[in-house]
Amino acid sequence: MLTARQAHAKRVRKRSTTIAVISTAIVVAFLYLLIPLAPGWPAVKKSFFNTDIFIKTFPTLLDAFVLDVMIFLWCAPLIAILGLVIALCRDARSPALYPLRLFGAIYTDVFRGVPVILIVYLIGFGIPGLGLPRPWNSPYIWGSLALILTYSAYVAEIFRSGIESIHHSQRAAAASLGLSPGDTMRFVILPQAIRRVVPANMNMFIALQKDVALLSFIGPVEILRQAGVYKSLYANFTPYVAAAIIFLLITIPATRFADYLMAKQQRERN
Amino acid sequence: MSELKLVDVHKSFGERKVCDGINLTIQEGEMVCLIGSSGSGKSTLLRCMNLLEEIDEGEIFLDGTDISVPGLDPQPVRQQIGLVFQSFNLFPHMTAVENVMLAPRRIYKRRRDELLPDVEALFKKFGLADRMQNYPDQLSGGQQQRVAIVRALAMQPKIMLFDEITSALDPELVAEVLDVLRQLHRQGMTMVLATHEMNFARELADKVCFLDGGKILEEGAPQAIFTHPKHARTQAFLQSIL
Repeated sequence: MLTARQAHAKRVRKRSTTIAVISTAIVVAFLYLLIPLAPGWPAVKKSFFNTDIFIKTFPTLLDAFVLDVMIFLWCAPLIAILGLVIALCRDARSPALYPLRLFGAIYTDVFRGVPVILIVYLIGFGIPGLGLPRPWNSPYIWGSLALILTYSAYVAEIFRSGIESIHHSQRAAAASLGLSPGDTMRFVILPQAIRRVVPANMNMFIALQKDVALLSFIGPVEILRQAGVYKSLYANFTPYVAAAIIFLLITIPATRFADYLMAKQQRERN
Repeated sequence: MSELKLVDVHKSFGERKVCDGINLTIQEGEMVCLIGSSGSGKSTLLRCMNLLEEIDEGEIFLDGTDISVPGLDPQPVRQQIGLVFQSFNLFPHMTAVENVMLAPRRIYKRRRDELLPDVEALFKKFGLADRMQNYPDQLSGGQQQRVAIVRALAMQPKIMLFDEITSALDPELVAEVLDVLRQLHRQGMTMVLATHEMNFARELADKVCFLDGGKILEEGAPQAIFTHPKHARTQAFLQSIL
């Protein structure tokens, strides 16, 4: 048996759910009815939402996407390691290590300041242009390097914010025990800092998975390039829509998971 | 012989003088209590003794060796002078026993299984035997503070410094931490406490120092300070809190 207060709360909940459902239904119905009224709709429907072409190209696109995932998989750990190294460079306190600090600052400024696609072009075309022998002229190597350099700059800043978020009393406690600065960083600060920035780094890696598609501009036949090939073959944009859907299959669950981690951390901290 | 001696210690943060010519000798086995209002310089003085703060002028001697020489490696000194903080400052990502073993493992290069018997004995001694595998956030404030004390003791320091270690505790948890101090005192540990626990200072201290504006205005046996304070500021301070 519900108390009067609980019954009221239940009524309110039910009412807001009903309103949400009705208003969503109205919006969807409007879109469904109005969009086909647009003068260009039949043409757009034919060239973007062609079911036959979708079914024909989807399996090959999915195969090509495996390459995107593989590029992601070898870039991600290297980005994490390089990002951590750069973050530690920027945190170096002793004057003798000032050059490292300067290097870290310049590195993050440069690679965060230039569009990813430019780095991909410059490194992806520039370095093989030196006339290196196989396999050192492979766009896979230099394209991946471009992604690694760019993303590690962002990841370094995330790690650094994590390191700085650890309260200085933790350093004081470690120092008071006689631990060296290196041990303090390794055993006290970093384990806490890395844990704290997992959600932020997850978001970076989701962005990375999408940006792998930029390598299509320098050669590898991954999903975006494969979709381009089909576009030319069938003179139809549906393969691009299919590619977008394949990306969403990965990125939506990953984004939700990152949000969940973030919310969980927020709860734990309060 | 472990004796700590401060000679004319000065320390400023910018314009603010926090230690203004402190002279203080702590004999082996002595318990010295620093009292005074917040901001009187008690905490900073303790942090200077542990070299967490570098002093501007003066000398600090540990067993006759000047440990305040500029450029001296502070790590070996800190290993001999333990410091316990008001806010515990346990490492939240480690269990209680890992908190305690980290420094001896890294600094004395000893393995966990070598350390465990001694560490276990310490936990047992302070009523924490069943808390070794708990993380700090699974412990009460009093338990956390006792783990923090065990952590400092595990380095086998010659001197222990306590910075208002009961101030962040709920009143009912203060006694269990003070009991630990009582035990340590009985065993002859040399200790310096910054404290607001006047009854405790009166009961156990060998010497009480009243700090005001970065100076030791008055020092002496607890009986003398608490019953016949000479300085007007000491009288006013004691009246305000008793």
